[in-house]
Amino acid sequence: MRKKRTDNKLLRSRRRRVIKIALLTLWAAAFAFLFLMPTVLTITNSFMSASEITANYGVIFETTKSGGKAYISERVNLKFIPDKVTFKQYITVLLKSPEYLLKFWNSVILVVPIVIFQVLIALSAAYSFSRFRGKGKEVIFFAYIVLMLMPYQVTLVPNYLVAEKLGLLGSRWAVILPGVFSPFSVFILTKCMRRIPEDMIEAARLDGASEWHIFTRICLPMCRGAIYSVVILVFIDYWNMVEQALIMLPDTDMQPLSIFLSKINAGEIGLAFAVATIYMVPTILLFLHGEEHLVEGITYSGGLKG
Amino acid sequence: MTRKQPGPEQLRRRKDRLNSLIYLSPSLIGVMVFFLVPFMVVIYYSVIDNPVNKDFVLIDNFIKVIKNSAFKQAAANTAKFSLVAVPGAVVLALLLAMLLENKIPGKSRFRTFFLSPMMVPVASVVLIWQVIFHYNGALNGLLSVFGVDPIDWMKTDYSQIMIVILFWWKNLGYNMILFMAALANIPKTLVEAASVDGASSFSRFWHIKIRYLSPTILFVTILSLINSFKVFREVYLLTGDYPYETLYMLQHFMNNKFSSFDYQMLSAAAIIMAVVIVAIIGALFYAENRFGKDVEQ
Repeated sequence: MRKKRTDNKLLRSRRRRVIKIALLTLWAAAFAFLFLMPTVLTITNSFMSASEITANYGVIFETTKSGGKAYISERVNLKFIPDKVTFKQYITVLLKSPEYLLKFWNSVILVVPIVIFQVLIALSAAYSFSRFRGKGKEVIFFAYIVLMLMPYQVTLVPNYLVAEKLGLLGSRWAVILPGVFSPFSVFILTKCMRRIPEDMIEAARLDGASEWHIFTRICLPMCRGAIYSVVILVFIDYWNMVEQALIMLPDTDMQPLSIFLSKINAGEIGLAFAVATIYMVPTILLFLHGEEHLVEGITYSGGLKG
Repeated sequence: MTRKQPGPEQLRRRKDRLNSLIYLSPSLIGVMVFFLVPFMVVIYYSVIDNPVNKDFVLIDNFIKVIKNSAFKQAAANTAKFSLVAVPGAVVLALLLAMLLENKIPGKSRFRTFFLSPMMVPVASVVLIWQVIFHYNGALNGLLSVFGVDPIDWMKTDYSQIMIVILFWWKNLGYNMILFMAALANIPKTLVEAASVDGASSFSRFWHIKIRYLSPTILFVTILSLINSFKVFREVYLLTGDYPYETLYMLQHFMNNKFSSFDYQMLSAAAIIMAVVIVAIIGALFYAENRFGKDVEQ
């Protein structure tokens, strides 16, 4: 008798827990839908034919084509799945209109050097910040943190003045060089290297290992995750660049695809989704390939103290 | 043993100092050349009347900036935006992290989904934002089903709401990861003990968890604040150089001054912003320190 009652109670609390989990899952699914929707829509819409895009979104982008024969729906027709899947937009972008590829290339030659050199220089600086500590060092590190916290509205002014003085304005170096020395990755990599146990380095030292050896054989392998995540974070940040390019590169021929995409004219709206999708490919690949490292790196960045 | 002969300890220290300098110098030289030294020039520019005359005017430029109506507008818009977007980004991200703390199926999938907007270039989704928020767009279409009159998201005061949503969409995932790591670090025994003592889940959260989370809350707040200054990207890519007035951000102001080569204004504005940001972050640190002390008592 008594046992049965407790059984009942257990059953009820269990049922309640199942309902709770189901409700929470529903919530999570709703959020997931909102978070994924814009990305998924961009990708699926890139497989729509130009006429379908015009029909669905013509009201917005006002494709005033001569003749105006194209069918345009009065309301926007947000569709996940195209009526007819076509690769035509991609073929046009990749083979027939070099201007998009050129802008894509503009993005690449701005971002890749920044990522490579920022991380290399930051690794060396992080080693110095983590291995040799002293009062002066702490002051410099603090200055790096303050600098890291400054928005572009502040840092672009000094960057601009230097670029002007060195005659770099309008050249890619005006964007690349400040990017290379940006202190963001120094901060995260230092945090990672400071977690390496002192004993380990001391032991290597007693064995007669040189600084270079300790740096390359102990610190770098132990921070592989953090390095990978810094590469991803820096890459995304600069792949998204708008402010620097607007100010340092007035010549639109040199501007990255990120700016050009927003200026695509109404007549090419059919292509725009395909270009937008191509532009996502590098960051999405990096993300899918290194999500675990990325999460680890984000966790390192947490906390400015210590 | 003569005094001039350095001992092995001293030799080692000297060598350390040299090595330390060697490893730091590439970065330090770059930071000096591209940030610190020119920032001194920025300070200098902010207190002279113009680069030709070089008359010392102290605070005239600052007053000019503060009285400038475009600057006022931009500062007010940015402040209004950050005041809504930043606290919201902290609270919502914490809620998402707590949601994923439960044993729901496909947890790591959900984490990937919530984090994914961070990986999508702003420029790539701008098209979809236009489709959604346009006057004839999808959102108004959806609202009309519920009998809500169409809203002009781009050209009315609602535009601030729109960019807050875009900001959250992009930044919540990153903040959520930080909160997930912090939640995982709260000692389980403490929470369990409280729950045995009959503490409700709300009081467990309010009296225990939030104390442990306070350094992370501080960090996420600062991070979101800094990211909130980057919302210019969304605004610019959506609406171009001359947006609706509530979307006129500080970066628009700076861009205008760059194109008119007004170095005095630029320098003074940059310094004002730097000072305000340092003051806000300092205040946040102070608040967290006081709050964090409660935990130890």
